[in-house]
Amino acid sequence: MMMIFGIPIQAFLGQLLIGLINGSFYAMLSLGLAIIFGLLRVINFAHGAQYMMGAFVGFLLLSWIGINYWLALLVAPVIVGITGIVIERFALRRLYNLDHLYGLLFTFGLALVIEGGFRYVYGSSGQPYATPDILSGGVNLGFMYLPIYRGWVVVASLIVCIGTWLLIEKTKLGAYLRAATENPTLVQSFGINVPFLLTLTYGLGTALAALAGIMAAPIYQVSPLMGSNLVIVVFAIVVVGGMGSIMGAIVTGYMLGILEGLTKVFYPEASNIVIFVIMAIVLLVRPAGLFGRDV
Amino acid sequence: MTDRQSLLSVRGLNAWYDESHILHGVDLEVREGETVTILGRNGMGKTTTLRSIMGILRKRTGAIDFDGKDLMNRPLHHTARAGIGFVPEERGIFATLSVEENLMLPPIVSKNGMSVDEIYELFPNLKERRSSQGTKLSGGEQQMLAMARMLRTGVKMLLLDEPTEGLAPVIVQRIGEILQTLKQRGMTILLVEQNFRFASKISDRFYVMDHGVVTEGFDVAELPARMDTLHEVLGV
Ligand SMILES: Nc1ncnc2c1ncn2[C@@H]1O[C@H](COP(=O)(O)OP(=O)(O)O)[C@@H](O)[C@H]1O
Ligand SMILES: [Mg+2]
Repeated sequence: MMMIFGIPIQAFLGQLLIGLINGSFYAMLSLGLAIIFGLLRVINFAHGAQYMMGAFVGFLLLSWIGINYWLALLVAPVIVGITGIVIERFALRRLYNLDHLYGLLFTFGLALVIEGGFRYVYGSSGQPYATPDILSGGVNLGFMYLPIYRGWVVVASLIVCIGTWLLIEKTKLGAYLRAATENPTLVQSFGINVPFLLTLTYGLGTALAALAGIMAAPIYQVSPLMGSNLVIVVFAIVVVGGMGSIMGAIVTGYMLGILEGLTKVFYPEASNIVIFVIMAIVLLVRPAGLFGRDV
Repeated sequence: MTDRQSLLSVRGLNAWYDESHILHGVDLEVREGETVTILGRNGMGKTTTLRSIMGILRKRTGAIDFDGKDLMNRPLHHTARAGIGFVPEERGIFATLSVEENLMLPPIVSKNGMSVDEIYELFPNLKERRSSQGTKLSGGEQQMLAMARMLRTGVKMLLLDEPTEGLAPVIVQRIGEILQTLKQRGMTILLVEQNFRFASKISDRFYVMDHGVVTEGFDVAELPARMDTLHEVLGV
């Protein structure tokens, strides 16, 4: 048997793949969290609940009216994004002038309400969501077996992350977002409707979370609490990457997903806490985060 | 001058930062095509006046009319669309945007703006450095960029807050030339300036601010006669 660092190569690559898949979700979620924090200065603790909503909306669309996975990839984020827009417009907006803590507390409460509501109606057990036919099965890579759906998740999340990054770095809308992140008042004094931009951004951030949710449905099952632990991990990733740094959130998401996977190979006992240990170290050594500007 | 139409009229303007009452009934008038300078010592309320006209400072009372429109009850982003461009004291160049992105950021509000080519002709440095990060420019270049980006939009009037602050004499002179060019093109300018010599070369009229009110207003022709008292008031 081939070995790497004294570990069978199959086990190593298997965990690497699991790490990469988790990293794909971490990256998409921390990306949304970072965009929202950058512009709204709100730590969106409802992100995990909105990820769960994406999966649930996809699941319900399928079981009620037979909307398939591919259509759900579009429709679920739009529906959840609209709920985000409503939340920003009627609630979050009122908190901008207060300390950041209020935004965090509000979205934390919101997450509990959403998750509690879903649990009340659907119970806490997971619902299976079938892998779309075209992506079912797997391929034997010789050294390991790769389920096609998981390969798709890695590719799709890369596309989503790079696409979002390009939107922010290379387009006019992105220039508005970057400028408003630095100085919203000045941007508004130029004649740009910044309050609308904030609403749009929260909608976009929630839609990204929902997209990750529907992509996760065939892998992790659909359950009301599927996002509640995840949001804590993702929050730690954003802290490591640097609050508000878009590229930092993406790269750190993949990096820590892989690191977590590898920890499972080399020292399984630590795999659940490795991300938080790194967060603690980064906070002590470089509080602005790996990619953040110094504070 | 007096036959020109009034473009901006401010009457009885009061403004507050939270509980501190800063402006106590400011009156001023700027006519179309004029360059008017507000003089006054530090902390007298000049910046606050510009921020209140723009609508950045929301806690304000009184009347502000611009180009026949009442500006008091509009959201901030409508002021620029009414035709006023604001160049803040701290210049406000965005670090995460390139020079060109900074230039192209403010939306066009009328057809009367300068084209990008015209702007680059007036500010050749900016063309050279258009792909640099905005804040990598020198202080003088940042000031030029802050002005240039308002010229593209086609605003009728510029509010300029201390454009020469902290800049070397050659650059101050260059900014003076640019303002002359704008003036010839019919731009209306409300300037806040501590550099008295600079202001006297380009202004048509002056106001003096003292503790949140306008205490006097006079034509550039009256300037020599008022020099002594002004030196006293301004402490220069
Ligand atoms: N953001 C602020 N909050 C509270 N007070 C302020 C603020 N900005 C300025 N002030 C106060 O308002 C007064 C006028 O300031 P300002 O308009 O900046 O003066 P000037 O531009 O004439 O130097 C000063 O007393 C200053 O301390
Ligand atoms: Mg000032």
